Amino acid sequence: MTRLLPAGALDPADTTGATASDVRPGRVRGREDRSRLASIALHGTLVLATLVALFPVLWILLSSFKPANRIQTSEITLIDSPTLDNYRAVLFDTPFPTWFLNSVVVAAFTMVIGITMSATAGYALSRFNFAGKRGLMWVFLITQMFPVAILIVPIYTIMANAGLINTKASLIIAYCTVAVPFCAWMLRGYFDTIPQELDEAAALDGLGPFGTFYRVILPLARPGLAVTAFYTFLTAWGEVAYAIAFMQTRDNLTLGAGLQQFVPQFNPQWHLLTAGSVLILIPAAIVFFFAQKHLVAGLTAGGTKG
Amino acid sequence: MSTSVTFDRATRIYPGSDSPAVDALELEIAEGEFLVLVGPSGCGKSTSLRMLAGLEDVTSGRILIGDRDITHLRPKDRDIAMVFQNYALYPHMSVAENMGFALKIAGVSKSDIDARVLEAARILDLEPYLGRKPKALSGGQRQRVAMGRAIVRQPQVFCMDEPLSNLDAKLRVSTRTQIASLQRRLDITTVYVTHDQVEAMTMGDRVAVLKDGLLQQVDTPLGLYDKPKNAFVAGFIGSPAMNLGTFRVEDGQALIGEARVPLPRSTVGALTTDRVQLGFRPEALVPSSAEDAASFPVEALVIEELGSDAFLYGNLIGDDLRADHVVARVAPRSVPAKGTKVWFSIEPGRLHAFDVETGDALPTD
Repeated sequence: MTRLLPAGALDPADTTGATASDVRPGRVRGREDRSRLASIALHGTLVLATLVALFPVLWILLSSFKPANRIQTSEITLIDSPTLDNYRAVLFDTPFPTWFLNSVVVAAFTMVIGITMSATAGYALSRFNFAGKRGLMWVFLITQMFPVAILIVPIYTIMANAGLINTKASLIIAYCTVAVPFCAWMLRGYFDTIPQELDEAAALDGLGPFGTFYRVILPLARPGLAVTAFYTFLTAWGEVAYAIAFMQTRDNLTLGAGLQQFVPQFNPQWHLLTAGSVLILIPAAIVFFFAQKHLVAGLTAGGTKG
Repeated sequence: MSTSVTFDRATRIYPGSDSPAVDALELEIAEGEFLVLVGPSGCGKSTSLRMLAGLEDVTSGRILIGDRDITHLRPKDRDIAMVFQNYALYPHMSVAENMGFALKIAGVSKSDIDARVLEAARILDLEPYLGRKPKALSGGQRQRVAMGRAIVRQPQVFCMDEPLSNLDAKLRVSTRTQIASLQRRLDITTVYVTHDQVEAMTMGDRVAVLKDGLLQQVDTPLGLYDKPKNAFVAGFIGSPAMNLGTFRVEDGQALIGEARVPLPRSTVGALTTDRVQLGFRPEALVPSSAEDAASFPVEALVIEELGSDAFLYGNLIGDDLRADHVVARVAPRSVPAKGTKVWFSIEPGRLHAFDVETGDALPTD
């Protein structure tokens, strides 16, 4: 309703059931108006939700510094004779460093290959008209509907036929099948926001389609690429199911699968698991740190008007 | 370096559409000429330009630059520079990088690029801004960078797609003259698209008027103004627009309101019905009196005083009224009051006549 009404007047044409107080100017409720009780309830809920989200991570972090025999006790302590023994044990007495390296390689390749494929596919979907474009977009959507549990067996068969079982390549390919369709969709949406005139200007300036993509569009798509990079990295970094299925020797395991080795059904070694879990967070945090630097708005500002 | 451009029955039909967006366009643009494509939105003027630039496929026909058939060449092989309506500057590059980008891709040496960018920047008053990114520039400066990017290339042809439409009115007028004089100086064949007939009239050596994908007329600005080939061109060119109305013809005289305006014999001879579409420009109306049989009364509704000019907008009074509004130029600073009845007659020789069915111009000699 854009008509100006005198204070407190009811708009005779208003049939939406609004009362006089709804249209009276000056009665907009600001945040200062919230009652004390509502404020407490609201903030209480937020604090609680934050605690629930943070607790497992915090608990693992605290536990990782406890002596091995103090982790599983009935008494609840936050800090209990802190020690670095768990970290020492994980790093020097287990294959953890090998798994870590495996994970770095797999995640890095997944990230690079995944971004390359999804960025080029997303650009093609955004800019070019080709036969089967709609079909391809449907395929990208539909493949995301199948849960990993269903896909493991067929993909295992494919990998086995290709002789790739127990290699890092099998994991990289499998992770790309998860990440690429999603990222291609996402990047397509991002490329759509970059004005098409920039492509045309680049074409007139002498660039071919790939040059346009690489020198004009990609630099402007940095925020979208950063998000997809982080997503593809995480897809590979923490994954367990494929890694357990495809990797058959202990030395070839990646981190997610490797950590599970610490907690078999009998005799779980929680001190190794907690220390390993904390260590596995660090690279993810580093990747996030670099990715978020590129999450800046307004990269395309000023290029076009209207 | 400058070359001619030829559209040889160039046609564009968009996929999924039956009617052509540009229908067999035949147009020859001479070396160094400034040609303006003008028309209402959807007339195919931008499509024609984009066909020349290589951004739009040519369904049939040919386009030539000089003797070179460029119909199916890629944009980069056509030696054309384009100024886009929204400028399309590369947001991640500085002004200097934007302007030198094409040269860099062409493999021109760094020192040559710098020299040419600096020269273009000097011409366009952009020197202080060479290190800035586009987002730190005003609209007018961005427009000049877009121009600079085109002239640095020293192309054979400039394509300009409504480059002024994002500027405010005052800047538009000054930039208009800058572009026109720059083009004269560089002597590069230019095709300029606009929907603004004032831009078309003031900038072009020749103006091509398009409507529904069909070329209506190509002529010099005054040629279009004085001798429009049909009623559409007559109504489109000129500001305020030409008065156009359909009137009954009796005994070689058109009935305009109460007036009986004698038509030239050639016009009457060319008539196929008892009706005619007449056109007369606002300045072709001269004050008259009720005694004159060829004069008609107009009820003044609105008077626009512009200082140097004044325009009267009014209703034709009469039974057989077919023109909705009449615009007349009147002497400024002594304008008739609103609501008064003013008598006008049409200056001899300044009457345009058009066929009612086809809209084609009828002879008036």
